[in-house]
Amino acid sequence: MTRGALGLSGLAGLLLIVEVLPYTGLVSADFLPPTHRIAAALADEIADAGFWLALWDTLVAWAVGLAIAVVAGIVAGIVIGAVPVLRALTASTIEFLRPIPSVALIPLAVLLYGTQIQSTLMLVVYAAFWQVLIQVLYGVRDVDPIADETARSYGLGAWARVRYLLWPTALPYVMTGVRLAAAVALVLAITAELVIGAPGLGSRIAVAQSSNAVPSMYALIAVTGLLGVTINLAARGVERLLLSWHQSVRGEVLV
Amino acid sequence: MLLEVRDLKKVYEGRQRPVEAVRDLTFGLDAGDLVCLVGPSGCGKTTLLKCMAGLLAPTGGEVLLRDKRVTGPPPGMAVVFQEYGRSLFPWMSVRDNVELPLRNKGMPRRQRQELVAGALAAVGLADAHHAYPWQLSGGMQQRVAIARAVAYQPDVLLMDEPFAAVDAQTRADLEDLIRDLWRELGVTILFVTHDIDEAVYLGQRVIILSSSPTVVREVLDVDLPDQRDQLTTRSDSRFTELRSHVYAQIQAAKRESTVGSHDAARQTDLARQVLQ
Repeated sequence: MTRGALGLSGLAGLLLIVEVLPYTGLVSADFLPPTHRIAAALADEIADAGFWLALWDTLVAWAVGLAIAVVAGIVAGIVIGAVPVLRALTASTIEFLRPIPSVALIPLAVLLYGTQIQSTLMLVVYAAFWQVLIQVLYGVRDVDPIADETARSYGLGAWARVRYLLWPTALPYVMTGVRLAAAVALVLAITAELVIGAPGLGSRIAVAQSSNAVPSMYALIAVTGLLGVTINLAARGVERLLLSWHQSVRGEVLV
Repeated sequence: MLLEVRDLKKVYEGRQRPVEAVRDLTFGLDAGDLVCLVGPSGCGKTTLLKCMAGLLAPTGGEVLLRDKRVTGPPPGMAVVFQEYGRSLFPWMSVRDNVELPLRNKGMPRRQRQELVAGALAAVGLADAHHAYPWQLSGGMQQRVAIARAVAYQPDVLLMDEPFAAVDAQTRADLEDLIRDLWRELGVTILFVTHDIDEAVYLGQRVIILSSSPTVVREVLDVDLPDQRDQLTTRSDSRFTELRSHVYAQIQAAKRESTVGSHDAARQTDLARQVLQ
């Protein structure tokens, strides 16, 4: 059996266990409804315009937040990485700010923006930014000295070296950073909506829970999971496309 | 004189004590020369080459290209490094690698394409335009690096042990390629190597360096015929004499740095006898 088929049968097994478990009496069907009821609730959700609006809100917060974090992380990473003085100056500050969990900023976000989308954005950007920045800093450091001497000896100036040498060298690291940031951004988007009540799938989960629509709650949780899987697959696809020349993608070449 | 090195000195400021890599080097290349620079290992050949290429600032003395002092990488100079795998950009095709320095110069597209096609044909890679460097063998990758240097149309081509990392058969082919390019294109070449046979086979002149701290030990004219090939030239008795002479000089240089000058003088005498 192929790996894909094995993975799918594992997933089918999980669905089967969830279907059977409530009937065994090990867990109450009030807290874990069987699979077919979750599926029915999912079908209801899909038919509901409010669901699509919530999904859209979550995706917008995720995408905008991620885009801001990626651009800021790349620019800051290249500038800091390329200037040794800046790197030394910022190293301890980065090490201090980076481990602060984004959720610790929730009170601040509420104070500043209430339940608007900006609250979600702030948390998403903060969490995703560090993922990108750290990777870019590693990437910039990875420039081969021989390649750099080659570029300099052929008269490539600072900007040309960034464009033709530093950027392609850092790209594999950037892509790793973006992939990590995309996953973290989704976590923070849902968290912000859930805790703060900003519009989106998170607040819809909270509403389903408080109105005791347990199957709908599970259906929405499953949707966030599917979203995460889709985002990861898309990020890997883009990575393969952009890094076809890199040894991690091209594999071994026999010459 | 096209390229001149005058009283060049390079001292690395080490953590404990300064390390004198190059003490006092003076030599020059005329336009159209093919000069090999050979010395014992660790004698500062790479340091010297980097100073000449404007990649490293010398502690004293100067390098002049067309009477202009070299302070950074000069426009009329191309360098071929030993580590071809790291010198070529893996994210660019062979053609893009060769074209990049020309594009950076702001050369028009048509002229660029002509130069790139010409250079790749000259190194025997006319059908590899769209390949990536990592799809090629080591020898072919070094050919790409040579094509990149040739397309750049430099006044001087500096080569830093370019064939040290390829196998012996490929190396012989590449040596002949360099001779051919030099005769056909008339470029001036300074070829740094630790391989004595290679230095004698390739050069019109061989500059023999001492051990570190480095000075010029001898400048030897290679009076072999201009038409050289791997079979007849290497079995020529004059070739054997010259290589023995260079070998003895380098042995003497090594001994001088460890034992003292007395023993070395004997070696130098030996080297002279070989040539008579």
